[in-house]
Amino acid sequence: MLGLIGKRLLQLVFLLFGISFLVFMSMHLAPGDPATIIGGPTATESDLDAIRAELGLNNPILVQYLDYIRGVVQGDLGYSFQNNQSVSESIATRFPQTLNLAIASMVVAVLIGVPAGIISAIKQNSWFDVSSTTIALAGISIPNFWLGAMLILIFSVELQWLPVGGLNAPFWTIEGMKQLILPAITLGTASAAMIARMSRSAMLEVIRADYIRTARAKGVRKNVVVWVHALRNAMIPVITVIGLNFGFLLGGTIITEQVFAINGVGRLMIDAIAARDFPVVQGTVLLVATLFVIVNLLVDIIYAFIDPRISYD
Amino acid sequence: METLLDVNNLVTSFRTADGKLPAVRGVSFSVNKGETLCIVGESGCGKSITTLSVMGLLPDNGEITEGSIYFQGEELTKKSDDQMRKHRGNDISMIFQEPMTALNPVFTVGYQIKEPLNLHTKLGKKEKKIRAIELLSQVGLSNPEKVLKKYPHELSGGMRQRVMIAIALACNPSLLIADEPTTALDVTIQAQILDLMDDLKDDLGMGVMMVTHDMGVVAEVADRVMVMYAGHVVETGKVEEIFKRPQHPYTKGLLASVPNVDDEGHRLEAIPGSLPNLNEKITGCRFHPRCPFAMDKCKVDAPPHFRISDKHQSKCWLHEEVDSHEYQHKAYS
Repeated sequence: MLGLIGKRLLQLVFLLFGISFLVFMSMHLAPGDPATIIGGPTATESDLDAIRAELGLNNPILVQYLDYIRGVVQGDLGYSFQNNQSVSESIATRFPQTLNLAIASMVVAVLIGVPAGIISAIKQNSWFDVSSTTIALAGISIPNFWLGAMLILIFSVELQWLPVGGLNAPFWTIEGMKQLILPAITLGTASAAMIARMSRSAMLEVIRADYIRTARAKGVRKNVVVWVHALRNAMIPVITVIGLNFGFLLGGTIITEQVFAINGVGRLMIDAIAARDFPVVQGTVLLVATLFVIVNLLVDIIYAFIDPRISYD
Repeated sequence: METLLDVNNLVTSFRTADGKLPAVRGVSFSVNKGETLCIVGESGCGKSITTLSVMGLLPDNGEITEGSIYFQGEELTKKSDDQMRKHRGNDISMIFQEPMTALNPVFTVGYQIKEPLNLHTKLGKKEKKIRAIELLSQVGLSNPEKVLKKYPHELSGGMRQRVMIAIALACNPSLLIADEPTTALDVTIQAQILDLMDDLKDDLGMGVMMVTHDMGVVAEVADRVMVMYAGHVVETGKVEEIFKRPQHPYTKGLLASVPNVDDEGHRLEAIPGSLPNLNEKITGCRFHPRCPFAMDKCKVDAPPHFRISDKHQSKCWLHEEVDSHEYQHKAYS
């Protein structure tokens, strides 16, 4: 197990080098000059030159990259071109919102998706199964921005039950929860649908397994057979989907954060891309990649706990 | 001998796209205490469905539509699933074909062997462990304490089947149902498992109902044999009678298709054709399209069971006439 963790973390280092290189190069190759954005429409050519010199944009690109990497290795992600704020600090202030939203969405997704999928499987072809698979298909197909906008329209504008946007109150307060509900549902719907579909198909496979019949032949109750004998066996693919979705959500969710005016990592990244704010883009991308690798590592560790046949030693 | 299980005119049907189709068509048999009844027949002849009917573990689209199953005097077909649950794993146990997949991969052997004890006994934690160890040594596993902590994937096929048997024996069942328990095992392991089951049957005085398509297994363990074809019992008798004086053309065909290494001139005879589908409408005897002795009558009327001797019956028109020995060696020789 420790070997696996060590190996993955080592891989992560190389991965981050690769990703940072690709992102760095593509940002610099993409059209658009940060100096013109910082200088604004009134800046003269000499102003722009001064800005470029200050940001080090006149150096050869490899030198710029190595400068950047030197900083990163020392724990310094650089400073924003736009407001000179430390990138680590901007991420640190934005990330809690994203984390909060990601966890809330996953809770919604798991609480709906797993039971719906399992009940669908054990009552295959029942009205429940048919409606839940139909809803799941709709859930995957509906675009986030539309669902978010509709939820706001109904629950915030018309019924005025929930706030239109923002996410600044702590989640354990009533206000914080109210702020979380709509974005969590918006984001969680697609994940719930994916989890439900995966739970259903995994469960359908497992409940036909011989060991399920063995358990029944021992006199185990039907529902105990499902929730004890079958569930744990069906969980591997479901955990995989949960992990992947959680990884995506942790990277910030650009559209949902935009719709609900949440100052998360996703918004930070999209704003930075628009402003050609290279250090912020780099920093957020590295964060996303790191989180993705860590979530996947956690998923692999959970596998070993669920299924004794999986061993990393 | 005390009758343990008495099945009468059992009809088990399945709801399919083509309507309700019977897979078991009026099967009657009994199992006595301390006796092994082997049910033989091709795959799909209804032998496994017969055992699952007794267990009350039919698939969702299957149901017992007619007949009765008396187990120690109690009618099982009238019982609810919850009432049946109290018999399963307790006084009626079952062993399945595939030891590789019949154990739950995510639980230890200990958990799985203690499960029926949790359900059907009031033993304390320590007593259950002692019983589990006792069971594992009873089925010939060395180091039972270690085996308790192992997961199925850490055991070989033979060891897993021994664990399955130990689980089945946990609550001292009166009736043990084994559905092809050795089919998936190596030949040497097969013999060990069969010997083990035979010994345990004698020690514990169980009745055993074993499904198999392997005539070698039948010869090894059976006291009585019941041959099934397309949902019907076509012949029943003591094992010696079935092997020495098979009566039904299908039984003869089955025996003729067993390789014989002692006889160099022996030619393996296959029964022509294949088992009819559940939805195939066949008038008369269901075996007549494949039967080398089929007469006009066979195509019209289904034969009843004719008595050959005290315990020997055959469902074939050939036995209507009392003396009909000339046909016996006509084809399969």
